[in-house]
Amino acid sequence: MEPILEINGLSLSFTQYERGTRRRSLPVIRDLSLSIAPGEVAAVVGASGSGKSLLAHSILGLLPYNSHLEGEIRFLGQPLTPQRTKKLRGREIVLVPQGVTYLDPLMKVGPQIRGGDRTEQARQRSRRALERYGLGTETENLYPFELSGGMARRVLIASAVTTDPKLVIADEPTPGLDARAAGRVLGHFREIAEGGAGVLLITHDLELALTIASRVTVFYAGETVEEARAADFTQDRLRHPYTRALWHAMPQNSFTPIPGTQPYPGAVTEGCLFAPRCPSSQPECQRAPVPYRPLRGGRVRCLHPEGGEVP
Amino acid sequence: MTPRLNQRQRALALLIGAAILLMLIAIAGLCLNQAALITDFSRKNLPPSLEMPFGTDWMGRDMLARTLTGLSLSIRIGLLTAGISAVVATILGGAAAMDRRLDAALSWCIDLVMGIPHILLVILISIACGRGAAGVTAGVALSHWTSLARLIRGEILQLRQAPYILAAQKLGISKARIIQVHMLSHLLPQLLTGLVLLFPHAILHEASVTFLGFGLSPEQPAIGVILSESMRYLTTGKWWLALFPGGALVAVVALFAQMGQYLRALLDPASVHG
Amino acid sequence: MSLEARQVSFSYRRGKPILQTINLTLEAGEWVGLAAPSGRGKTTLCRLLAGYERPTGGEILLDGRPLPDRGVCPVQMIWQHPETALDPRLRLRDTMRETGVEDRLLHALNIEPAWLDRYPLELSGGELQRFCIARALHPQTRFLLCDEITAMLDLITQAQIWRFLQEEAGRRGLGLLVASHNGALLERLCTRIVPL
Repeated sequence: MEPILEINGLSLSFTQYERGTRRRSLPVIRDLSLSIAPGEVAAVVGASGSGKSLLAHSILGLLPYNSHLEGEIRFLGQPLTPQRTKKLRGREIVLVPQGVTYLDPLMKVGPQIRGGDRTEQARQRSRRALERYGLGTETENLYPFELSGGMARRVLIASAVTTDPKLVIADEPTPGLDARAAGRVLGHFREIAEGGAGVLLITHDLELALTIASRVTVFYAGETVEEARAADFTQDRLRHPYTRALWHAMPQNSFTPIPGTQPYPGAVTEGCLFAPRCPSSQPECQRAPVPYRPLRGGRVRCLHPEGGEVP
Repeated sequence: MTPRLNQRQRALALLIGAAILLMLIAIAGLCLNQAALITDFSRKNLPPSLEMPFGTDWMGRDMLARTLTGLSLSIRIGLLTAGISAVVATILGGAAAMDRRLDAALSWCIDLVMGIPHILLVILISIACGRGAAGVTAGVALSHWTSLARLIRGEILQLRQAPYILAAQKLGISKARIIQVHMLSHLLPQLLTGLVLLFPHAILHEASVTFLGFGLSPEQPAIGVILSESMRYLTTGKWWLALFPGGALVAVVALFAQMGQYLRALLDPASVHG
Repeated sequence: MSLEARQVSFSYRRGKPILQTINLTLEAGEWVGLAAPSGRGKTTLCRLLAGYERPTGGEILLDGRPLPDRGVCPVQMIWQHPETALDPRLRLRDTMRETGVEDRLLHALNIEPAWLDRYPLELSGGELQRFCIARALHPQTRFLLCDEITAMLDLITQAQIWRFLQEEAGRRGLGLLVASHNGALLERLCTRIVPL
């Protein structure tokens, strides 16, 4: 089946001025590849500052002008040009933002979901969307400040899916929600995917990602280090040492951290960015850029992946 | 960020340039005080020429000297006004933020002062204080502090609830240090920007009150006086009497407003580390 | 030593109580988990226990006496959003110097020396939270209140921070209140879990 979204070798950098007028280029995403099939929930997991939110902005064409994007983004087989993105954004490709602050505080929920469309059709559509998420018609007449955290989140989702999008991008959709409420919100994303759309979930919470995503892409300092199936985690078939470290650091597992901290994007290293913290690092790891290669139904960026050498 | 640093440098250069220009005008006006008063009927009503760039009036006085002197006076009154307003605003705004009952009373006062049309208030205070330079200064100074006081009050109220201030208190950091290091460093930029943006208001109000005849006495070469006198001669085709002084006033006001904008750009917390 | 909330109630406005007659005791050396969905007043209870807010009913007692008003409070709270808990206009070196944070703590928390020369705006949440923890571990601190302090952090940083706190608190006999919506985390850390 043709993927809904396909990203190949995406790199993103910002031009910055240092002191005075010296210019430098600051890479924030390097060589990212990703694909989402219809009906699939794919997750991107990374620590804060790893560049994962910029991925959403890249797809939606919302990058500031001092950014430089390389590589290819294809939507339904066709490259996403700026003109095409503009046309699709908000209709075929939608974003479910992080917080309630994205709602207009002075506008009632109903008109907000309809986005200014006053036709009876739009009215019906918004009503259906709210109903789908267990919100009654009375919600239409509430202002955003009258909504509880969970309700606001459902309103955000409802307003995103009224146009029957093909691709839903969710950037940290459940911050501060407890497991039950988060589970409900995630369930909605699952439903959207079952309706045939693709869902891209961007989060720092691996546990959350594993509850609904079928595939997880792990980000480290602006690079994708591994693409794994959700089952690979529980079956101990992970490929990259960083992914393993993440898994082991979970409170449910051994809760043991690896030492060190994530470097800044643009840190001057030739080879593997994870090498300084890697338990199985070899001298050659730091010499040259490590390619992103397929392995056992997933992908990995490591010269010595767990469970066998790359052919 | 790319344009930030560049904008900041440009803003700084323009800010310094504007400040120097205004200072020069103020000093030039002081030096030309005598020249502005010389009457010479052999050269009356001359249109602008190379020798007399702004022309002369019906008493043969050099309009360039008069304009500069007037602007200088305006700038000095503006400076005094802004200074007084800043002090009043800081004291009252600070007091309001510290005590709830005082806050209610002061907020009511601020609303009251803001509710009266500005120009009316300036005229009233000016007359009450006996007109003249003292009257105008008092009038302008005592009517412009409200918006700044409200700003300072809001900032302090917000700062007092900021987690980092609360955390500092619980870590035993002294009140004096919290006010000095953690609060003043946030308030000062706000105050400074507000202060500079007060200038144009103060200058315009001073000029208009004088123009209406409630301000500075007619023998003083103030912009308001010059403009109101020139009105009588406009119909007889002496256009330069109003155009140049009026234009110069607008330019000075615009310069101050721009300075405020540059200052704001420079002190913007988002770019403070640039 | 013990920290006690006795019959504590709190409301910002009359008739809309956020907390009602809460009783909670925290002993030295104890790790108590506070499990509750969002919006149930976990943060409010922490703020009350740390003395940031006065209860509208009941009292907060440290060894049977009210919390001290001045000086370093023996009860320190660590906030969920570290970027709000540090002065944005001070370099972190100056913030750390203000309360005399020991180098040992900075080291144990994996704080890199280069971070000290930066402003809070230039560091990530995980990095800032390490500074907040180092600062809260003042020599006079006896109780730490942790309000979702790792909810926004990645798993490795989360594990690093809690492992460090386990060791440091164990050595100094600190009492901890851990508020979190993450059940597994509380199970892992706490000697007892109380619902709110």
